[in-house]
Amino acid sequence: MRMIAKVGEWFDHRLQLAAPIREAADHPVPRNTASWFYVFGSAALTVFILQLVTGILLALIYVPSAGEAWSSLQALNHQVALGWFIRAMHGWGSNFMVAIVLIHMVQVFLFGAHKFPRELTWVIGVFLLLMTLGMAFSGQVLRFDQDAYWGLGIGASIASRVPVAGPAIVKLMLGGPIIAGATLSRFFALHVFVIPGMLIAFVGLHVLMVLRLGINEWPMPGRIVKRATYERDYHALTKSEGAPFVPYAVWKDLFFAGFIILAVAACAFYFGPFGPTGQPDPTIIQTAPKPDYFFLWLYALLSLLPPSMETPFLLIVPPVAIIALILLPFLSGEGEKSWKRRPIAVLTVLLIAITLGTFTRMAQFAPWSPHMNAWSGDPVPDRFVHGTTALERQGALVFQVKQCRNCHSLGNTGGKRGPALDSVAVRLTNDQLIRQVIQGGGNMPAYGNNLSPAETTALVAFLESLHPEGQAPARDASREVVLGDSDHKEAVAQR
Amino acid sequence: MSSNPVMAPPTDTTVSRRGFFMKLGILFNGFAAMVLAVPVVGFLFSSVTRGRASGYLSWVPLGSIDKFPEGETRLATFQNPYVMPTDGKTVDTACWVRRIGGDQFQVFAINCAHLGCPVRWFQQSGLFMCPCHGGAYYRDGSRASGPPERGLFEYPYEVKNGVLTIQAGELPTPGAAMASLCTEKPPCA
Repeated sequence: MRMIAKVGEWFDHRLQLAAPIREAADHPVPRNTASWFYVFGSAALTVFILQLVTGILLALIYVPSAGEAWSSLQALNHQVALGWFIRAMHGWGSNFMVAIVLIHMVQVFLFGAHKFPRELTWVIGVFLLLMTLGMAFSGQVLRFDQDAYWGLGIGASIASRVPVAGPAIVKLMLGGPIIAGATLSRFFALHVFVIPGMLIAFVGLHVLMVLRLGINEWPMPGRIVKRATYERDYHALTKSEGAPFVPYAVWKDLFFAGFIILAVAACAFYFGPFGPTGQPDPTIIQTAPKPDYFFLWLYALLSLLPPSMETPFLLIVPPVAIIALILLPFLSGEGEKSWKRRPIAVLTVLLIAITLGTFTRMAQFAPWSPHMNAWSGDPVPDRFVHGTTALERQGALVFQVKQCRNCHSLGNTGGKRGPALDSVAVRLTNDQLIRQVIQGGGNMPAYGNNLSPAETTALVAFLESLHPEGQAPARDASREVVLGDSDHKEAVAQR
Repeated sequence: MSSNPVMAPPTDTTVSRRGFFMKLGILFNGFAAMVLAVPVVGFLFSSVTRGRASGYLSWVPLGSIDKFPEGETRLATFQNPYVMPTDGKTVDTACWVRRIGGDQFQVFAINCAHLGCPVRWFQQSGLFMCPCHGGAYYRDGSRASGPPERGLFEYPYEVKNGVLTIQAGELPTPGAAMASLCTEKPPCA
């Protein structure tokens, strides 16, 4: 025992680290901050360290070459002992990290911890969030499969919309004219050297500032932050009812950190690693790329925005959002901290969360994507052709062969890009159906060039038979008066 | 730094002398940084500057025109002209070749004009459909529906000695040089 103490003293005489560490451990924190609400920052740090460790382990096998990355991932999954588990830990760790960073941010915002004197801590936190998202995207690229390849294409297409500099940005991002070896290598450099290096530096600053400025006290409604008095009040608070950070508050951080590590491991063990999906061979076009979970909302947004609004939205909203986040503590650096007295803050968080959640949920179904194989894979349910005429059956055949099914569902099978046609006859009259098929419109292509008159007649006859039993199809009342003819089909036949 | 601290007690003159040398040292390092910055920046932006000087585009053969039946649209593949040894399969590029008749062709990029996903051709309905966000194009590449704001990107082509060649070499994106190579209205479907 004495020997250890002596060795320790020898080292500390040279390192001079014991005093500052003891000071950091003993620094008083307000008693009520020893709360389960205050564990997310340390949890984010824990997952970050986990990512560093698993990332280094993966780098022992992974080959950052466009020709070999995919097969090195296969080797990790199937050949190297427990390679699949390390990959799964890193993949799930990434999801956990984004989630925890977002939760940490919401907690900090709702507890008013971004206010004076912690503005800069918040601003650095915003950069940490952006870097975390950058790690998530570049990590998805390193999983060099079909999703990564086409995801890069989507990134390049977005970047190319920047006025004037667009094409240069694309070539800088890809490292050449196309997505190829240089692209993967530079994303490897970003993911493994550049962003982690910045993350380590910024996390260090972030934690140092928390230690120097003190942890945010539990917000009390009515306790107003004022620049002139806040620091004096805070020191009085930690003096009167403070407790040393270690062990008073740290035990909750430790428990939650352990819980998070086990949760990542459990997800990794149970769900396994992410991909890789198909080979990154651009000549394999039978693919429907989808982004990773935390970018699904963007995928939904890019499908649902009106085309003319897309480019302005992509180029204006992200910078404005980032600037707003950075300016936030300077615009509301004083005043109430408690969420109980900040209804607009609470509503803003709810609005953003619900919006992102809804878009994410929608992207999991992707109703805007045509089902490329529905026309050959999903037959017309037999109840729609049961007891129909020969012409209507011919129409059902046209409906199938002309790939209408890729966008229109019948009996809940087929694409959802266009409206379901189970009861289309109730909505559209014979004339309207013909017009819609031939001329398209309302986001439907015109089929006039691809349907013979006979095919159109058969198709429309089939569509007119699609109405619930006991509910009459839509009809054009004026035509009966003009033509003195109550049978639509005869009118069609006469033309 | 030859000054001797023992011989020269700290007076105003020595401080300013050292201050002068420090400033000179900073300047010297600034000069060294600038010298270094030229190759570093040149290296970093080489993928951009090369694109501007000689360009990435060149003529690539797609094969004999007999491979492409008249009135039909077929998938063709070619190797991107700019290749690095580590590229693997990523230099293989696909495109859609529509032979209108005789020497009349249209060669479309595989990438959707919206966000670059690979479009698929459907012979029966005469449409290109994108699996990502649901863009659709007619057989002549013009926009039919969905989020794309324009028709499919087209490669310029030539038929020489019965071989179809196209001018390619860049990822087709809305801002890329090749996006505006084929600006004349395509022959009607």
